[in-house]
Parts: sequence; C-alpha cells; structure tokens
Amino acid sequence: MSETRKVTIKAFRFNAETDYLPYTKQYEMEVGKDDLILDLMNRIKWEHDGSFSYRRSCRHGICGACAIKVNGKAVLACKQNAIELLDLFDNDITLEPSSKKRAIKDMIIDKSDFWEKHAAIKPYVVADVDPHPTEETKQSIAEFNNFLDSDLCIQCGACHYSCPALEVNPEFFGPAAFAAAYRFTVDTRDSAGAERLELTAQPSQGVWDCVKCYECAEACPKEINPIEKIGKLHNMQFEQGIAESNVATRHAEGFLRGMKKYGYLDEADIVTYSEGLLGAAKHIGTAMKMMKSGKIHWHSGVPFIDSIPKIKNLDEVQKLIEISQTNKL
Amino acid sequence: MSEQLHYALFTGCTAKQSTPELLSSTLAVADKLGIKITILEEASCCGASHLQDFDEFLAHVLNARNICYAEKLGLTMITICNTCQLNSAMTKHALDTDPELKARVNEKLAEVGLEYKGTSEIKHFLYTLIDEYGLENVKNKVEVPLSHFNIAPFYGCHNIRPSELHEEANGHENPYNPTSLDSLIDALEGNPVNYESKNKCCGFHVELQANHTSEVLAGNALLDAMDNNADMMVTPCPLCHLKMDTYQDSIGKVMGRDVELPVLHMPQMVALALGCTEKEIGLNFHVQKAKHLYTA
Repeated sequence: MSETRKVTIKAFRFNAETDYLPYTKQYEMEVGKDDLILDLMNRIKWEHDGSFSYRRSCRHGICGACAIKVNGKAVLACKQNAIELLDLFDNDITLEPSSKKRAIKDMIIDKSDFWEKHAAIKPYVVADVDPHPTEETKQSIAEFNNFLDSDLCIQCGACHYSCPALEVNPEFFGPAAFAAAYRFTVDTRDSAGAERLELTAQPSQGVWDCVKCYECAEACPKEINPIEKIGKLHNMQFEQGIAESNVATRHAEGFLRGMKKYGYLDEADIVTYSEGLLGAAKHIGTAMKMMKSGKIHWHSGVPFIDSIPKIKNLDEVQKLIEISQTNKL
Repeated sequence: MSEQLHYALFTGCTAKQSTPELLSSTLAVADKLGIKITILEEASCCGASHLQDFDEFLAHVLNARNICYAEKLGLTMITICNTCQLNSAMTKHALDTDPELKARVNEKLAEVGLEYKGTSEIKHFLYTLIDEYGLENVKNKVEVPLSHFNIAPFYGCHNIRPSELHEEANGHENPYNPTSLDSLIDALEGNPVNYESKNKCCGFHVELQANHTSEVLAGNALLDAMDNNADMMVTPCPLCHLKMDTYQDSIGKVMGRDVELPVLHMPQMVALALGCTEKEIGLNFHVQKAKHLYTA
C-alpha cells in the first residue's frame, strides 16, 4: 500500500431546496494511508467547499450516522480506509449518499422510511413487567447467543439502502427491520413474537419478497448478516405454525414433492403446485415459448407421466426426508 | 499442466431439465480442454434456497449427502449453477464450523450408510477454468475468437455474495467489482461490456410471489447491457439465464421497451470459442433467438 496519492475525489452534490437535478463535483487532494473516507469528506468541507454536507457523529463506527456509498459500495465513512477503496476501484472514488433518490443535501438523506419500518416491527422487548420485581430477569449465554449478533445493529441503513427488492417495492420491510424482528422475537423475555412473525409473513412487505441477493450481508459494516436472520424468520414461521399456505410458502415446501419422487426438483410441478391451476395459467405464454425452444416438453407437469430423470440411489433421499424433515406447512 | 484435472460434476436440476444446453456445453468444453468429468448421478436438488426457507436442517442433510459422493471419489465437486454453489458451500461451511450440527447431520446420513467428512472442496466451473485450468491455457485453445462480439458479463448473486463464504473458491472475487467473467471473455478474444448492472440481482427467486420486483430487476440489467451495445449477455448461473432468456417479452412490457438480447450460459460462450459443434452448444434451446451467434 503506497504512503500518499494525489487523487481526484468525485462527490454527488444536490440541494433539494435549490437544485433541480444532482450533479458531480471533483476535488483534488493528497490521500494518506491512514485516511478514512470521513477524513476526505472533512477535507472537502474544510478546504474546498463549506457547503458540502454530510452526517457524522461518533467517529467510532458505532452511531451509524456517516453511512454513505462509495462507487455503490455501502460504507461507514468513519470506518472505511480510503486507500483500500482506491485500490478496489482503480483509483476512482465517487462519494454518494446511501440512497440518491432520498437525498436532501449531498450525503444527507431522508431516512424516515427506514425508521418507520424499524418502528413497525416493535424493535423492543414486549413484556408484562412487574413494577416491583424481587429478582432480575436473567438470560443464559445460550439464549443470548441465539441473537446471532443481531443485537449489534447500529441502524445505519447500509443494508436497507443496498436492498434491490426495497428499491423496486417500497412496501418491503427490508433487511434491517427483519434483523430487528428476529432479534426481539428470539428474546426469551419477549411476548410479541407471534405478532412479529405474522407481520414478516405478509406478502409484499414480509420476508417472502426477499430476492436472496445477499447485498445486505455484503453491505453490513457490523457483519450482522441480515439475510441469515431472514432465513431464520422463514423457518420460524413454519415451526410456529404461522406460515399460511400461499404461493411463496407452497413454493418453499413444494420442493419436497419433486425431490421425493425424482431427487430433482420437478420444475413444472413446482409452478402448478405453488400457484394453483388458475395461477399457473398466466405462465402459459412463457411455457409455450419454452416448449417451442425445447426447454420443456408437452408432457412436463402432466401428473401421470414421469418426465423427470431420477437420481441414482433415490431411496436414500426418500429415507433422509422421512427421518430428517422437521417442518410442515 | 502435468496432471489431468478431474472433477465430480454436480449438475443441479436445471441442467437435467430446462437447460440441457448447459450440460452439453459444459461437457463439450471439458472434453475440448482435456478436463475429466465424473457426473454425480446420485446428487439431488440443492434446495435452491427455497427448501432452506422451509426446513434448514433437512436442506443441510440433503446437501451433505451430495458432498459425500464427491468425497467418496476423492474429487473437488464442481457446480454449474450459482445457487447450487451457494447452497452446497453454505452446508459445507456450516458443517465444517459447527461440530454439533455435523454430528446431527451424520447421525441421519448414517441411516443410509454415508458419512460427511468435509474432505471435498466445492467450486464453480467458472473458477476452475480460471484458477486451476488457467486463462492462458484457455486462450491457447481458442479456435473461433469472439472478437466480433460485445459480451455483457452477468455475474449472478450467488457466486460472489456473501464474499466471505466464497473467497477461497472464487479466487477472492470482489463482489463490487468482479472481474472473472470479464477476464474469461478477454481470453476468448471477445469484447467485455462494462455496465453497472453486471453484479446485480436478476430477480429469479421471487418470480412467482413478487413478479413485478423480479421483472424490474431483470429488466434493469438487460436494458443496461443493451444500452451499452451488448450483442449477448453471458452468465454462470442457469437461474439467471432462465429469468433473463425466457421472460424477455413480459419484462419488456413492464419496462416499457422492447427487450431482445441472447443470454448465454458461460460454458456455451467458451464452447463457441473452442469450436465445439452446434449441437453441443445448443443455442437452439434459447427462447430469445441465439442460433445466429454460432458462426463456426
């Protein structure tokens, strides 16, 4: 790693009160090996343009205020070494707010959607507490470890504003809210678990609309791995009998049908089983095109014709499903 | 290379069903390059990240069983689907780092006479070509340079994220700035298209329950590639291929623009450059017409 480099830093600039469109401004500076992205932003403000705006507070990677994106990568400005990013992006650094469409002034965004969703999942322990307790409410190490680091979330919004599902579907709760839902649902002192699981089971806003891209896991500066908690919420919905039979849950559970019969997924059956016959009808156009190209065959999905190849030693898979299955729909 | 490379191939479900061209082109590429392939005929579905949502423990048991068969052969298990790669690697990581889980899984596997040991690596075919066969060696085998094609690499999520899980198997690919497919295109003398969406999500996994989200994500990537003058898109993931190839009509309606772009499997692109036969490459299996790309 070199000691210092003369670099041109690009920054997204926009003032919602005066600008019609955002623009990019460039700033030349020497970047040292220990400089953080926050140091670069301070230099822009203190040495180049006092109107440059951003949030900062603790400078210890714990308050989450300075979360921004650099070339699309979510970072905490006070934690991210600048040279590392220069190496990662071929000496090109563009500072951007976490969400360009929610920008108020430069790096400062309106996070109200994040806080509304966070609040909606009741991110606190719901419990009838004795106002005059005679002893502490204790948790074992194992019970604490079950939080799986979700307790470390600093609400910076890095995962939330990296989530492509949320970008398309504003109703979606998003990974940070799900991580919080998991954290309080597994808390042994909490009594609102079922309510939270029902919320996270709802179509459009709940976990079933997660696209499984792992952007949230990549973005989290505290290495909380929100998608791991999303997976746990999926499982918990089944374990606690909260999962209702719908397209998404049947799609998950329905994998077993093909695997029991062939070892492989039955690709045609899973669509019909998940959507029902009427729902599957909307795929007829695509199915015809796939048939024309040879991707599927006329007998695909016909119940009485075994058109799927079978794996060798299928009986092992059947046996393992029989003795290992822990959930049901 | 002094020793012949030999791998255990985990085909996944799609290569056995809706994307037969993926299997034929993979085998053709391996044959041309002198790589020995043993197909794991015993391997089942990986759960595709959906069975995992329903029953994580069962998914671990079934994936561990698949890996057992590669272990029996003493070979690295290679995958040709990003999602198969992720789910198999996740099970391997979980079992290798959690002795209690490994014991619980092995208790079930013992009922069918198997034991997961953790001795086989799991690697996507893309990365075996780059890291183990070597790009220079691939380049030396090119018979039909792809120099007249602008090729948009579409990486797919599950080979590059979460980066921590994949870093050993994918040569420390940077999820924000992946380069493997680009360098493979370079080696085949094609012109890699640089576009913002190359490491984004195609939306395949919510096709049924969140169709609009799925269509927009796929549409963003396809249009981005088209706007950057791509003649084709290439992906190492058959699920990305299925989403991007078969739904272009409906994606076009959602996006308000005509979408027309051939989407090739990574091995198909390599097979084109290595001069494999038209039948082996199987471009006729595409919904979006792609046969014209075969020029040998």
